[in-house]
Amino acid sequence: MDWTWFHKFGSPPHVYRLAGVLTPWFAWPAALLILGALYGGLVLAPPDYQQGDGFRIIYVHAPSAWLAVMIYAVMATAAGVGLIWRMKVAHAVAASCAGVGAWFTVVSLLTGMLWGKPMWGTYWVWDPRLTAQLILLFLYLGFMGLRASIDDLSRADRASAVLALVGVVNLPIIRYSVEWWNSIHQAPSVMKMDRPSMPFDMLAPLLAMLLGFTLYFGAVLLIRLRAEILRRERNASWIREELT
Amino acid sequence: MSDFFSMGGYALFLWPAYAVTLLAIVVNVYTARRDLQSARMEARRRLSAGSPGDPGRGQS
Amino acid sequence: MSAPGMVRAAAWVVQRDLRLATRRPAQVLQPLAFFAVVTLLFPLGYTPELAKLRAIAPGVLWVAALLASMLALESLFREDAEDGTLEQFVVSGQPLTILLLAKTATHWLLTGLPLTLMAPLVGGALGVPFAALGGILSALVLGTISLSLIGAVGAGLTLASRRGGVLLSLLTLPLAVPVLIFGARATELAIAGDSLTGPLYLLGAVAVLGITLAPLAAAAAVRIGLE
Repeated sequence: MDWTWFHKFGSPPHVYRLAGVLTPWFAWPAALLILGALYGGLVLAPPDYQQGDGFRIIYVHAPSAWLAVMIYAVMATAAGVGLIWRMKVAHAVAASCAGVGAWFTVVSLLTGMLWGKPMWGTYWVWDPRLTAQLILLFLYLGFMGLRASIDDLSRADRASAVLALVGVVNLPIIRYSVEWWNSIHQAPSVMKMDRPSMPFDMLAPLLAMLLGFTLYFGAVLLIRLRAEILRRERNASWIREELT
Repeated sequence: MSDFFSMGGYALFLWPAYAVTLLAIVVNVYTARRDLQSARMEARRRLSAGSPGDPGRGQS
Repeated sequence: MSAPGMVRAAAWVVQRDLRLATRRPAQVLQPLAFFAVVTLLFPLGYTPELAKLRAIAPGVLWVAALLASMLALESLFREDAEDGTLEQFVVSGQPLTILLLAKTATHWLLTGLPLTLMAPLVGGALGVPFAALGGILSALVLGTISLSLIGAVGAGLTLASRRGGVLLSLLTLPLAVPVLIFGARATELAIAGDSLTGPLYLLGAVAVLGITLAPLAAAAAVRIGLE
């Protein structure tokens, strides 16, 4: 089997150029999908029979919550690749993920609270999803804190990569334990996204939002990755060719 | 139109939720682009300062 | 790297750490005193009524145990890294994973086990009925094993960093959430006089998973930290 395509991903100049070329291919579809889904979600979709127009918060809450979890998975995968194949570019990807992930974890918490207020009558309920999301935020903060506390870049890369892998093994256990805990204490849960029959004009904007947010993350990641690579390769000769 | 903005009485919760999300989207694009810009400027400054990149470290 | 050699090396590590601990008893006693003081704060800060204390006893016991076992973590690898002992582990030819597992086991013998043995005393102060103690002890044994293992990973990771302390807690506490949940639930059931096999199984599963994976992660972390 030909592995050159794989080794190319280990080459910073190649990834730098590729990221530059790919960015618009993520950014524009993301913008179109999100704008389309906004119209679909806020105007076209009918009000929910129980929650009225309040349910429309799902179109920003669910994609943020999805991004928060997905970015952690991407980060841990990149960290694992970087650790196993000693690939610097993969570590750069993991480092670029954390900040965006933490942002969207906060957004999912805030939108969840804003959804909770009219539904539960209070901003915070120890809902299993929100609780697990809060723990995820601490995992992100730990990852960033560990990176920030180690001066040597290569050690920071590898130590944080080990932490990301430990976190990704733990995350399902944490989620399970929180749900188990919730099932005992019977806190109310309104945020059931898995309702059996969501009509198409409600579901379509949601799917478009999910895809749009994912592509948006792709675009942001590519931009951040280029900055990260430039900083890491500051002494490399290819930068001269690239910038002049 | 005002019907749209009142969102069936949920405006007080719905619009802040959308605003927070929009803020995150804008801020993350903005900081990422600013970061790339400053990394580029930094690299240019190093190049014009006359420190030739050592060719040995190109493909690491 | 023969198996008997490995076992002997591990036994040597346990012996050495135990002997070091007898020379510095304060380091062993401080987490235990901390455990007792923290639980003492609740009757004073909340209410001396045993019936009310009994209701919050599971949470108090486990949070205090969590924090107390965190206290002793700082010293788990730090001194051995500074005086070169860990370097010797790496070049000894014995698997680092096993040696660190031995160190973690000793850490548990010196904190987790005494914490567990103190539980009857502390539990009694919180109004926990005598009949519940058996269940609480078994939950604490299983739970503190996991806490030591998770802590070993965190202690290894912070070796490379300039400051341990708060960062170590930020790294380890979120990972300890399942242990806290299952442990507190087991304690709650024990106090109510119900069967606690469910949460005990879950605590056991977490401990087994921890024994298999945590030493690997700790070894990787220590290697990075020693460079």
